[in-house]
Amino acid sequence: MSTIDLVVVFAVLNATIRQSIPLILGAMSGIASERSSIVNIGIEGMMLTGAFVGYTTNVALSGEDAAILGMAVSDDARLIISVLIGLLVSGLMGLFHGVLCIQYKVDHIISGTVVNLLAAGATGYFYDANAQTKGKIPNLISNPWPRDHFLRDVGVVLFDKDLITYITFIIVALMTFWLFGSVWGLRTRSIGENPRAADTLGVNVYRLQYTNLFLSGMLAGLAGVYLTLADVGIFERGMTAGKGFIALAVMIFGKWHPMGALGGALLFGLLLSLQSQLQFLGLVVPQQLVALLPYVVTVVVLAGFVGQARPPAHIGQSYEVEGH
Amino acid sequence: MSIQAEASRPAMPSAPNGLNGRTLGSALQAFGQTLIVPILSILTALIAGAILILLAGRDPVAAYQALIDGALLEPRGLIQSLLKTSPLILSGLAVGFAFKGGLFNIGAQGQLIMGSVAAAWIGATDLGVPIWLHITLAFGAGALIGAIWGGIPGALKAYYGANEVITTIMFNFIASRVAEWLISNGSTDGRIRPGPLTDPNSGAVQRSRPVLENARLPVVFDYPPPADPLNVGIFIAVAAAIIVLIIVNRTTFGFELRMVGQNPNAARYAGVNVPRQTMLTMAIAGALAGMAGVIQTLGVNGYYEANQSLGLGFDSITVSLLAANHPIGIIFSAFLFGALEQGSTRMQRTGVAPELVVLVQALILMFIAAPQIIQYIYRVRVGSTGGQRLSSSWGQK
Repeated sequence: MSTIDLVVVFAVLNATIRQSIPLILGAMSGIASERSSIVNIGIEGMMLTGAFVGYTTNVALSGEDAAILGMAVSDDARLIISVLIGLLVSGLMGLFHGVLCIQYKVDHIISGTVVNLLAAGATGYFYDANAQTKGKIPNLISNPWPRDHFLRDVGVVLFDKDLITYITFIIVALMTFWLFGSVWGLRTRSIGENPRAADTLGVNVYRLQYTNLFLSGMLAGLAGVYLTLADVGIFERGMTAGKGFIALAVMIFGKWHPMGALGGALLFGLLLSLQSQLQFLGLVVPQQLVALLPYVVTVVVLAGFVGQARPPAHIGQSYEVEGH
Repeated sequence: MSIQAEASRPAMPSAPNGLNGRTLGSALQAFGQTLIVPILSILTALIAGAILILLAGRDPVAAYQALIDGALLEPRGLIQSLLKTSPLILSGLAVGFAFKGGLFNIGAQGQLIMGSVAAAWIGATDLGVPIWLHITLAFGAGALIGAIWGGIPGALKAYYGANEVITTIMFNFIASRVAEWLISNGSTDGRIRPGPLTDPNSGAVQRSRPVLENARLPVVFDYPPPADPLNVGIFIAVAAAIIVLIIVNRTTFGFELRMVGQNPNAARYAGVNVPRQTMLTMAIAGALAGMAGVIQTLGVNGYYEANQSLGLGFDSITVSLLAANHPIGIIFSAFLFGALEQGSTRMQRTGVAPELVVLVQALILMFIAAPQIIQYIYRVRVGSTGGQRLSSSWGQK
């Protein structure tokens, strides 16, 4: 393999990581929600909310005389506050989905559609095309190898990444421990399988569902914040472009397990990155026909051609607690 | 599946003759009851929209005045509203018909795109046939490809347990990409050829070759330019709604459709071939959405252009739910949405972003889905609501 080929391989690997971060976080959002028996097709809308609110906060704090409690805002503080507010509002969107599904017993799919439409409408309505920011999240560790070093390309894949990228992989590990190693996770899985049994044993089903939906909203919001504050740097209308839905397919591909979803997200990230690197790979194929690969793979995965997946048993059904 | 969920399902649907044993008066009263929630939902959403206009520092009265002027009061605007209504009726029917069968068709968007593309293909080809036959062939092709685009997710659901919600969304993306390729310009060095439908004379704009005069929908009401004339599309759409109503309420197929929708287990015990029914339901829904695309291409645009009907598929979900999935109700809710869409461009002149309409539509859907909120705000008694569970399984048969 010549050196040119290796450069392309590393470029594809690098693009794969960039493309898969929102999918990983979106899939974690889906797991948090669906393990507690709430179907969440509103991930797309929660992502868009996080992307928009994080970006808009960044814009608001980027002004010349922007100040909090009379103090000028440093670049780090500005970005941290923007991320946190983005997470908070998207977490509230998760709670909103919870209120519709739990309190009002709305069909989960319809509630998710409401979340998606509200997010698309609100972010489009309040979007300001002339917004200016002071910039996005800087890279955490820069590539330690000089330009002509033979490890330079490896460094491109491992370093020159923002904080959220590294946090994402930590979140996957934490989610695995949370679901399978903590009481909270055990209870979450129990209400996903049999809320009546959990309720009888004293688990507060609704409170747990609301908590997990807040978590789910924040995870989707982190994916959105990543898009505007770390990856792209600006907000555009409808910029999530179906990533929330692909994340759901990734979650099913990973059989509702964080580690499985991580693998699925990397596979989908690879498919997404292939289309942008197509001309460098020397392939003469219309890029639109390559762009539809991830969607075709999703359908194939859902049809169970790569092994049947079993969802949490009580998914999509509303639950009436004892004593009501 | 738990016993509790089973018990909460509604009973078997009434036999095809729905008004049996009820007087006209009680029927009217029931009709009024069913209209309370939609009307109050629209009203509340518009009030919330007015508050949002105020928040943005604009005048809500002027904005809504412009919306109504632009959508209804001027002949040009009214024609445009009706032109926007026709595909919405058909795509709304595509969603509503699937809902009746217990399926959630989020794929109207993709089915519509494929129908548009098929009509652009047939419409731009000189077949040497009379106009009525040319148009019929275009409708046939659009309906067929729409049926395939809906039928595949239906079959995957019926025989492989793939949830139709995500597969239809994926088919939306696939349809967009396929259509983009069909009208793409190819690479500048000529190594990648232009798409088979690309209009070589359209320059940088990517669109299909124009539809021949011999395939444009006949005009029923002409209005001096720059307005578009009103074509027969709206009548085709209304006729389709009536046919769907008859199929759902007056045929054995419709009875089995509703049976599967309300209780698939009972339907199976009663001898209904549930997988076949599921596949057919999605195929017919897809055909309806495909015809919506045909009307869009032959009646309005005269060619296929990328993203020409973006969001129409999602609008049709709200259109159908607003009408409680009733085919005749869908005609009216489609007109409401067509008019809102048309009026939003005029409203933009008063400084209000057209996305306000999307927000209002989202709020309408929320109130329709959770009528308890309406009940709480207005202290009205609403009848028994909803109860239909769609999201019962993910990747399961």
